[in-house]
Amino acid sequence: MVVVNALVQGILLGGVFAMAALGLSIAFGILRVVNLAHGEIMTVGAYIAAIALSRFGVSVWVSLLVAVPLLGLAGYWVQRAMLQRALRIGELAPLLVTFGIAIIIPNVLIELFTTNKQAIPTGGLAVSSISLVEGVNVGVLPLITMAVAVALIAATQLYLSKTRNGRYMRAAADDWETLRLMGVDHRRVYALAMAMAFGIAALAGVFFGMRQGGVTPYDGQLAVLFAFEAVIIGGLGSLWGTLAGGIVLGVSQTLAGVVSPELPLLVGNLVFLAVLMFRPTGIVQSKVAV
Amino acid sequence: MALLAADGIDARYGDVRAVTGVSLSLAEGELLALVGANGAGKSTLLRVLAGAHRPFAGTVAFRGEDVTGLRDFERARRGIALVPEGRRLFASLTVRENLLVGAGSRRTGRWNVGSVTEALPMLAPLLDRNASQLSGGQQQAVAIGRALMSNPEVLLLDEVSLGLAPIVIDELYASLAAVRDGGLGVVLVEQDLDRTLAVADRIVCMLEGEPVLEGTPASLSREAITDAYFGHVAAPAGGGAGGPGTAGDDAGAGNGGAAWWS
Repeated sequence: MVVVNALVQGILLGGVFAMAALGLSIAFGILRVVNLAHGEIMTVGAYIAAIALSRFGVSVWVSLLVAVPLLGLAGYWVQRAMLQRALRIGELAPLLVTFGIAIIIPNVLIELFTTNKQAIPTGGLAVSSISLVEGVNVGVLPLITMAVAVALIAATQLYLSKTRNGRYMRAAADDWETLRLMGVDHRRVYALAMAMAFGIAALAGVFFGMRQGGVTPYDGQLAVLFAFEAVIIGGLGSLWGTLAGGIVLGVSQTLAGVVSPELPLLVGNLVFLAVLMFRPTGIVQSKVAV
Repeated sequence: MALLAADGIDARYGDVRAVTGVSLSLAEGELLALVGANGAGKSTLLRVLAGAHRPFAGTVAFRGEDVTGLRDFERARRGIALVPEGRRLFASLTVRENLLVGAGSRRTGRWNVGSVTEALPMLAPLLDRNASQLSGGQQQAVAIGRALMSNPEVLLLDEVSLGLAPIVIDELYASLAAVRDGGLGVVLVEQDLDRTLAVADRIVCMLEGEPVLEGTPASLSREAITDAYFGHVAAPAGGGAGGPGTAGDDAGAGNGGAAWWS
């Protein structure tokens, strides 16, 4: 029963990893930009939620209405003003830009809010749970997180396959030079995709923060590691792969936790390493090549 | 007024001159064919006309308006569509999606998925197929259809029949004839001389980036074209020969005479 419980908790833990991985997957799949600042964008999202609550008394859910569009706008701007220029220089340049952003953000957060953990209390949500069977309880928050992750992936998939801008994004991923010949400015399409990636990162950051009960300036480093691992395990550029990758990572961590509380991170990383070595394309083959 | 006019076009890749001193004009409803050996600069010239390659010198005018400074996607919105060399379909999209992306310039007109499928019947059973699963001829049909979706006024076709079976080429050319009504101007780059002579209103032969021969199919002998093609510049046959710019001696032609050859 302990193992079953760990399995269930691991699957649910995968929800938050998948959500964290989704934005990263979009940025890489469409723009071929590896966003090293993805975790820090998540952190900023969580900070917005924390500040909205502590300063203005606004609930976490309402703060999402600010955090997601605000960071979406930031993503649009970062792409147009910085990454697009960097892309002209070469493939390495955007990587360095995102690395720079990843360094700047925690330092700004420390200046503004010190290194103290900013609480993101969720009231009774953090402790309320549902009993599935004897010995297996699932938390309401992880359930909601998983539901949001699945809905988000489905919505993204739908957006990319059914809408005009979604088609442009997939076309840009295939061949942006030819997309321009169709009368579409690929820079705008890229910026929209980055806006999406940042907005989703903000959402993931808030859920990540809720799970941990708060956020510190350096939380992004761990978050981006999990996100990267979920993306790689699931398969680069596959949207549903991020969910599979998140779940595999979550389950490996919780199962390892059964053996010893010190093992989860290590085992998670080992599983990631094993996938890289033996199945570098990931466990889910990319069907809709995003 | 010419539908599309290029004047003194000089295009380079780094220090390599790909196109030197090309001037040409395209009238409404006209089919102008560019012929020449590989590396003659035909594709580069098309890319310059489409705005996909910035010329080192020279101007491009569309309906009298100087569009040299406009980028490729801006020219596409004006109605200049390029079917690029190698078809360049969006491989992970379906045929239908490729066509829909082709309407990215949001120009309205007679072309939509339905009418394009009618004009290019081989596309009808393929609409939901992935573009990466198509034969060369089918890919070319999609590429042409995708360009039509922008309801262009000028269609620039690069290497339509390259690598395709004759029977497929026949079908494509039959479709091409069907789409040409309504004043659509076409610039066609084609290696197949017989086919070019059959469909073109006017032919420009290029050699090493320069136009060496120009005329109507009727005014040009096959020998004159083959000679020009391979660089034996004999006395040009027929009227209009050596017309376009004559490699830079009349750079003043209607455009201020910038010293573009220096």
